[in-house]
Amino acid sequence: MIKSYDDLNPVQLDVLREIGNIGSGNAATALSQLLGRCVDMQVPKVQLMDIGDAINTLGSPDKLVVGILVRLSGDLDGMIMFLLEEAFAKTIVTGLTGNHPFTLYELSPEDASVLSEIGNIMGGSYINAIADLSSTVIDMSVPMLTVDMLGAIMTVPATELSEAYEKVLMISEQFLIDSIEIQSDMLLIPTVASLSNILKILGADS
Amino acid sequence: MKIIVGISDQKLCRVPDTLITYALGSCVGICMFDKTAGIAGLAHVMLPDSSAIPADSNKCKFADTAIPLLFDAMVQSGASPSRITAKIAGGANMFAPVSEAMSIGDRNVEATKAALAKLGVPIIASDTGLNYGRTVSFSPEDGMMEIVSSLKGNKTI
Repeated sequence: MIKSYDDLNPVQLDVLREIGNIGSGNAATALSQLLGRCVDMQVPKVQLMDIGDAINTLGSPDKLVVGILVRLSGDLDGMIMFLLEEAFAKTIVTGLTGNHPFTLYELSPEDASVLSEIGNIMGGSYINAIADLSSTVIDMSVPMLTVDMLGAIMTVPATELSEAYEKVLMISEQFLIDSIEIQSDMLLIPTVASLSNILKILGADS
Repeated sequence: MKIIVGISDQKLCRVPDTLITYALGSCVGICMFDKTAGIAGLAHVMLPDSSAIPADSNKCKFADTAIPLLFDAMVQSGASPSRITAKIAGGANMFAPVSEAMSIGDRNVEATKAALAKLGVPIIASDTGLNYGRTVSFSPEDGMMEIVSSLKGNKTI
């Protein structure tokens, strides 16, 4: 039984990394189907880190990014936060809806809706990986989207959940779509109790 | 010099230096100022109430402990308690709150107002709430707080 993220042993960390790998594979497949194009991916970087370190790793706090928040409930309580930079958002949106002027500074409601759906699909890729592996049921909320400063968006996981969630599982992915390299960062933030439960079901509880 | 105040952090400065804190979301930035002494302080608080997380000893993180701490530091550096005024910004709701309960941004603003009232420090200007991030800087030269956002324009209060 883990009481805090610091109690995780190397085997449990490996399980979390593997969940990240499978989820990223699912996400690449989903993106490829959606875009009707070949999507390559590199092995994702999966790290467990303090929220403060996560913010520093992600870049300058005043960088403009898309934040998509999906809340989790059921057998896994917590949240998923997707952070997409403009290049990623533009590739996806114009890939799906055709070429048109695209900037995060003037995001149309239609484009915002497309991005929310991408967040939903990619979030689902990871959540399905966890749910399938552990035979659990995890519910996802409707995705919520905002475009703002990275640091301001990150206050949501940092503050709202600061009691139970000290660390985040950061999954950084490099996708290659039509030879354009784009990166997305996903933060999976389960409660310690939920994570403990999932690891137990996966047989990685000791 | 521009003095950077991090998350759950606070700093003081004197003319000609200025204070800045980046990307306040649901957090609140509190600037205290004594014009006569030429001293300013800026705190970046993350949560309203230290008693909710007794294990966390970082006084700068919580509005109820950070604000008296900043006030004391101002006074120790020569500010007069009766001259100190405050300007506050932040406390946004970046996403829709999960429940009917007050959002963390609103609670941070409430706790900030309560802590300042307890010390008798008047809030002479504020820019709080709504749904966007703010970068805040403060100059003890003129006592103005400059608020920069990504998409919602800039203002000086």
